[in-house]
This record gives sequence, structure tokens and C-alpha cells, in this order.
Amino acid sequence: MGNMIKVGMADLNVCVSPDSITTLGLGSCVGIALRDPVTKIGGLAHIMLPDSTSIRNNTNIPKFADTGIDELVRQVVAKGAARNRLVAKIAGGAQMFAFQSKNEMVRVGERNVEATKKKLAQLKIPILAEDTGKNYGRTVIFYPETGDFVIRAVGKQEYQI
Amino acid sequence: MGEITLEEMSAEYFDVLKELGNIGAGNATTALAQMMQCKVDMSVPQVKLLEFKELGELMGGEEVIMAGIYLGIEGDITGSIMFLLEKQAAKHLVGKLMGMESENAEFSEMEFSALKEVGNIITGAYLNSLSGLTNLVIYPSVPDLCVDMAGAILSVPAIQFGALGDKILLIQTQFFDEMVLDGYFILIPDLDSYGRILSALGLG
Repeated sequence: MGNMIKVGMADLNVCVSPDSITTLGLGSCVGIALRDPVTKIGGLAHIMLPDSTSIRNNTNIPKFADTGIDELVRQVVAKGAARNRLVAKIAGGAQMFAFQSKNEMVRVGERNVEATKKKLAQLKIPILAEDTGKNYGRTVIFYPETGDFVIRAVGKQEYQI
Repeated sequence: MGEITLEEMSAEYFDVLKELGNIGAGNATTALAQMMQCKVDMSVPQVKLLEFKELGELMGGEEVIMAGIYLGIEGDITGSIMFLLEKQAAKHLVGKLMGMESENAEFSEMEFSALKEVGNIITGAYLNSLSGLTNLVIYPSVPDLCVDMAGAILSVPAIQFGALGDKILLIQTQFFDEMVLDGYFILIPDLDSYGRILSALGLG
């Protein structure tokens, strides 16, 4: 067993097998795991907001789907992964509270997922699996060795995608 | 849109928020004591400006199960407010309110709605004092309750603060009856409401 690397909110990191990488308690945020199946190099980003271009204060790169995914790709490639072999798995983007308001922020989980998919499509990185939406929080653990993306949620059996 | 960010916030403004937090939490404690018909003490609230990644650690880890009550705010200012309580503490409160503590680890339908009411009263008392001090009209919406991992619940206010900057402002209060209950208030005014709170208090 390798070490487990922890990624915080609005944060990202890379990881090489046999190590694994995790982020705890994803709510409306989205966790994006990238992997090169040959070199078994992976990475995980925990993004909070869909779009850096719609916000003035946008210097925090891992906070946004667009800049965060770009940076994650850059870092896994720098670690030795092949850009054209990268595949992705994504989780999160829940709507934790049902209450509706005029505030567009309410749908932010859904918008985070949309923005993540759009960005990955632009980069031509296929999404192998996803566990997104619904109304509960998720802890995710990604194993670059196998590509398993393990998901833990309160009151549910641990599962993987 | 105003130009204020939390990072640039003046010490003066921070003090004002601290004082608002103090008075708000004091009112909330009184409301809590009345509701439970017993004596409830409160520690001096702590106002904290935190990085997103420090949030979970403060509450004992991102995976600690918490109850979060979330309300929208309308009126002269808009935004939302959240009150968080660790699950065990929430169970205790609700049990006291209903006159019995259930053995079950999960919340029953009844406990769930009682907890919503607790959150409603606590946040209502908090907002009342904010409204009284600023003379601003503040209407809370119907509360919504979520019991889940701290990280997941906190992602909601964190995202809203995230649209403004890289930090989140929260008020930590300890209540005591027979046990210590750690409660957290997070007031999330929309960007232009910050200025309105400030000018209502004769600042800014």
C-alpha cells in the first residue's frame, strides 16, 4: 500500500501508483480524477466554481473548472503522463439544499458538472465514469494503479466507479 | 457591484462584524434557552476568516457529520445564512426540545422537523439583532436542513464566498447546557449587501 495524498477544497495534486489520492466531503464541488493507464500516473482536482472568466477575483487556479482542469493536465503531464492517453472520472456536484432562490448560485453543483464536462470535451479527454448530482456529500479516493474511483457517502455502502 | 473583498476588509469592518456576531449569537442563546426552558450559557463568539481548506479541520474534519440549517435572506439586504451544529449536539438539542432523546442514530421525521425549527429560531434571533442594529428590513426564507459531511455542507457557503475571494468568514459560538454544543454561524450577504450593512452602521 502506498501513501494517500490529500487534496483540499479548491486544490489539486498529482499522484503515482502505488500511492492514492483523496478529497473529503465533496458537496456541490466537483472532484476530477485524471489518469494515464500506461504510466499509472494520476491526479485529482477539487473545483468549486464553473468559470474563472465570469469572476473578477480569479487568481486561484484550482478553484475553477476551466483553469483547474488545465492546470491538472499540465501537472500530470509534467509528472510523466502522456497527454493523449489521459482519461477522466468525475464525482460530486450535488445540490445539498433544496431551497430555491433567485440566486443562480443554488444550481452551482449542476453548473460545476456541466463546466467540467465541457472542459474535458474541449481537451478531448474521455470521461470513463461519473457519479454526480443528487443531494448528498461524497468522499472520493482515486487509485492510479487500477483507475478505481472509490466513493463514500453517509449512510451508504462504499462503492466504486 | 461593490469593490470590497474579504481579504481587503478593514480592521474596523472586521470589528463590526465581530460585534454583530456577538450580539446575534447572544440573542440566539436567549432564544434557545426560552425554547428549551432551561439555562443556556454561551462563550464569547469567535469571528474567523479562514482559508477554504482550514474549514473542515476547524470542525473536526471534513467527514464529521453535521446538521446544517440554511435560509435565504430577502429585504434591504439579500444573501443567505447558515447555522451548523455537530450531529450529536443536534440530537441532544432536539431530544431536549421534544422531552425525550431517541436511541436511534438517525433523525426521525419528527426530529428532523424539530431541528429545522431550532435552526429557524436560532437564525431568526441572529437576524433580528442584525436587523435591529442596522435598521434594515430582513426577511428570512423557510429553512432547509441537511445532515451530511461537514465538507459537503460547507461547500455551499464556501462556493458563495468563493465567488468573492479565497476566504470564508464564520462565527463560532459555544453553547452550554449539560453539554458543550459547538455552533457555527455563517452569514453570506450578497456582494452589494456588504456595503449596505456598513453604511447602515455609519461606516464605509
